[in-house]
Amino acid sequence: MTEPQLGLIYDRVRLEEKAIMRAARKRGLRINSIDAKKICLDLTTKDSREFGHVVIQRCVSYFRGLHLAFVLKEMDIPTINSFDTSQICGDKLFATLAFIKEKIPTPRTFLAFTPEEAIKAAENLGYPSVLKPVVGSWGRLIAPLKDRESAEAILEHREQLSSPIFHIYYVQEMVTRPPRDIRAVVVGEEVVAAMHRHAASNDWRTNLARGGKAVRLEITPEFEELALKAAKAVGGGVLGVDMMEGPDGLLVHEVNSTVEFKGLSHVTDVDIAGKIVEYAIGLVKK
Amino acid sequence: MKARCPECDAEVKIPDDVIIGEIVSCPDCGQELEIVEITNGSVKVKVAEVEGEDWGE
Repeated sequence: MTEPQLGLIYDRVRLEEKAIMRAARKRGLRINSIDAKKICLDLTTKDSREFGHVVIQRCVSYFRGLHLAFVLKEMDIPTINSFDTSQICGDKLFATLAFIKEKIPTPRTFLAFTPEEAIKAAENLGYPSVLKPVVGSWGRLIAPLKDRESAEAILEHREQLSSPIFHIYYVQEMVTRPPRDIRAVVVGEEVVAAMHRHAASNDWRTNLARGGKAVRLEITPEFEELALKAAKAVGGGVLGVDMMEGPDGLLVHEVNSTVEFKGLSHVTDVDIAGKIVEYAIGLVKK
Repeated sequence: MKARCPECDAEVKIPDDVIIGEIVSCPDCGQELEIVEITNGSVKVKVAEVEGEDWGE
């Protein structure tokens, strides 16, 4: 076979995308960087040449990336991450069910489709509990339900949002934890780096997008094993596994399919982009 | 390279190694601008997309 060609699809060029381009060039690989917003694809011709032999799909828009992942699946081009992994990780409900299926400790979660039933879920879990959008990231619109009154108010606001995705009510137990969580980056079969994410002093959420702080964390067998299990449960690939330190041990609450590692890169010496590029090359069909 | 901010008309300096899709900020008004075209040392920008409901990791 000719020299493998790598495709990188993005819709924003962040530190991560630049690092992946650099890592590929450093290894003498041809990388075709494609802005998803410039794609205009004739599906009938299935012309897959521009994508290369393996694609790293890094769209910041979940639905954009998911639809591209399906196209690439149909074109038989290995993609990081695959359509199936992207879909499971992109919806918190799908991911929760994947964890439950594989007996991975995860916070107790209820599903409802109306505010009335969502209140019952919160009452069942007890206050405080947490209402999360099933699709969404960076801690956006995640709300603590502190008592019945505030729960009703939050649900009333949710009902007014036009997107149908916000009318899926995913209500989760509020796990008692230190004001931090663990983010482990998994590349294939390996946890390559990890960090603690400390919540900002003015927020309870640990997301770096919400002002959380990345703190260096050595990989320990305890969370390494759990992170690998969670990554496998969602179909594997390049993933960011989020874990909480609960009273009875670690719980996995989320796996991210388009993992960001800007924050992590400041507290680790590991070349995460390099690991991703090497993993991608390993997926090229012989 | 240089571009004009479509929001406030200020001059925005663009690094030479910029690539399509990259975001630069207008130094005057703070508007995020996206590089949409680079041809022969000139560059075209537009106001960047705003964060969508499905944006993230």
